[in-house]
Amino acid sequence: MSRLSVRKTYKLFIGGAFPRSESGRSYVVTSPKGDFLANASRASRKDARDAVTAARKAFPGWSGATPYNRGQILYRIAEMLEGRRGQFAEELGTGKKAALEQVDAAVDRLVWYAGWSDKIASVRGSANPVAGPYFNLSTPEPSGVVAVIAPSDPLLGLVSVVAPVIVTGNTAVVVASESSPLASITLAEVLATSDLPGGVVNILTGHQAELAPWLAAHMDVNGLDLTGVTDPDLALRCEQEAAENLKRVLRPSTPDWSADPGIGRMTAFMETKTVWHPAGV
Amino acid sequence: MFEYAPAPESRDVVDIKPSYGLFINGEFVSGSSSFKTVNPANEEVLAEVAVASSDDVDRAVQAARKAFGVWSAMPGAERAKYLFRIARIIQERARELAVLESLDNGKPIRESRDVDVPLVAAHFFYYAGWADKLAYAGFGDRPLGVAGQVIPWNFPLLMLAWKIAPALACGNTVVLKPAETTPLTALLFAEICQQADLPPGVVNIVTGAGETGAAVVAHPDVNKVAFTGSTEVGRIIARTVAGTSKKLTLELGGKAANIVFEDAAIDQAVEGIVNGIFFNQGHVCCAGSRLLVQESVQDQLLDSLRRRLSTLRLGDPLDKNTDIGAINSADQLAKIRQLSDLGEAEGAARWSPACELPEKGFWFPPTIFTGVAQSHSIAREEIFGPVLSVLTFRTPDEAVEKANNTPYGLSAGVWTEKGSRILWMADRLRAGVVWANTFNKFDPTSPFGGYKESGYGREGGLAGLEAYLDV
Repeated sequence: MSRLSVRKTYKLFIGGAFPRSESGRSYVVTSPKGDFLANASRASRKDARDAVTAARKAFPGWSGATPYNRGQILYRIAEMLEGRRGQFAEELGTGKKAALEQVDAAVDRLVWYAGWSDKIASVRGSANPVAGPYFNLSTPEPSGVVAVIAPSDPLLGLVSVVAPVIVTGNTAVVVASESSPLASITLAEVLATSDLPGGVVNILTGHQAELAPWLAAHMDVNGLDLTGVTDPDLALRCEQEAAENLKRVLRPSTPDWSADPGIGRMTAFMETKTVWHPAGV
Repeated sequence: MFEYAPAPESRDVVDIKPSYGLFINGEFVSGSSSFKTVNPANEEVLAEVAVASSDDVDRAVQAARKAFGVWSAMPGAERAKYLFRIARIIQERARELAVLESLDNGKPIRESRDVDVPLVAAHFFYYAGWADKLAYAGFGDRPLGVAGQVIPWNFPLLMLAWKIAPALACGNTVVLKPAETTPLTALLFAEICQQADLPPGVVNIVTGAGETGAAVVAHPDVNKVAFTGSTEVGRIIARTVAGTSKKLTLELGGKAANIVFEDAAIDQAVEGIVNGIFFNQGHVCCAGSRLLVQESVQDQLLDSLRRRLSTLRLGDPLDKNTDIGAINSADQLAKIRQLSDLGEAEGAARWSPACELPEKGFWFPPTIFTGVAQSHSIAREEIFGPVLSVLTFRTPDEAVEKANNTPYGLSAGVWTEKGSRILWMADRLRAGVVWANTFNKFDPTSPFGGYKESGYGREGGLAGLEAYLDV
């Protein structure tokens, strides 16, 4: 008799733990051919709120960590992802060669962003030569909690939107791709074993249209990345909700994930702080 | 106490016309209706100013669109020369601008002459120099197109400079709406553009109130919206541009904490507190309106502060000895009164120095509230007037906690002689500008802007270019 495989139960990733949705709901994830793959957790509004709470709690520690430390942890994520190359390639289900290439690209992107942790301040900060006897410096700092609606590209796209948000010291609540959420939860397993403090990244699976507006309206969320929203009405509604507490909004787009990402995704969720002090004896 | 003889600046240096039109495509044109702008110090009508209807705004945007072709294609070095010219003319006409600003706004001539106008010229000089050096800034060199800009009444000319100088340096053209209570210096600036031979349509000025501003923001052919003003209006604007491709920057309200530790140089701190909240009658978004004083020095500090307030001179804005001028409008005065009354009703203790207020005009004495709790309205809401709320703390952690306990995040002040504590505090304060052992300092090379509900984007410095380029 052949061996029966032990299947994975796909759950949410909140505050470093893997809970089921408090709503008890799940939804069916199918392969492109329509075959049953898994029942993914269908996160509720309460799950989204819990994730924001976890992200807020993690913010002081993560934003207060040294950039060197954050870079080390992002690199560690890349290491752990590299170690699970085969598993991801299988889960992406796009043909072995293409899938491996995508995993490699995701690893490389994490390494690229890891290196930015202690450089972005040099590139986007400034020493300001004011007309007077003052010491005056501007440095970029994280905005806070950022809600990310991830694009459908399940691994490279996901990594490309999450890494820039966290490498700069923000914490994230991510709504995974609705149609292909499984790699996102497996990525959560990578994050959970990478010394990333619990709550820095929280991943929700479920219906984008159900979760995004609550995150957009949440008063303790500081930034909103709408990259993965494809419905213009939903994007409009989210951007309007975001106006209530003046969240920093990154509007929907369809980037070429294989291209040079530039630094825009990092600076979109950074503030510039200018510090003045008199100089004299 | 010395008495000072009056030292009035002459208002003859400025020639105010009885009526002003809109500045569109390099010319003054008439609007469909008009409103009056008054001197808030004596309620005298200064001039009639045109109201731009949505059709007028459309004409201005079309003029700016047409000029964008010429202006954006011009070599940066040539754009720079126009901006340098404007900066020089501002210096040449500095006295005239300062007097007009004080007449229309009510701010003391000491401030318009020594702070506002010199900074205005400095901003044009600074961004003039960027026009041919954009390649070095790291944001590319593609301008956005037509910028719709709406500015407030507290620093009418300075806010104009903060908006127009970087926009033009980057190759954009602008349609700017000044505040309805302070349109006159913007219209004088239009004349300066004419004197500088700026190509028609590069700068357009449309006057009017909220409806005119809303028409500028909502115009479909505007590519960039920049607003400075209240958080309430900022929210409406953010909602208006949602779903469009317009780029948006907002400089909104604040409720800054000015934190004084027990080891601070008390006399300097008192000067900083006064400058922080009574500069420009407290009509400053980054004003230090919440004084957080360490409990151990509260009595000593408040004694010094009260003594210092008793020496402030309130009165004629054109008198060179005046420290505190007029509240900008009857509406603003009513708002300050209402919030101050609420402060008393909620249980805080109110104090003002003995201070005679002029009979005509809009006036409010410098005011301190003690015994303020974090839950009080006067500790939470932006008053935008010469009203200081005093709270206390015991430990640095408590100071940080209280300072950050606000939806705003524009500025903060820290007073301590201990360097390591300054750096520790500066790291933890969630605010776009942190002044340590100083307050309310501005410079064109220094990025300025808020965290959280104080808005997004930065003005000034290299960071200020980002708002006007297609990054």
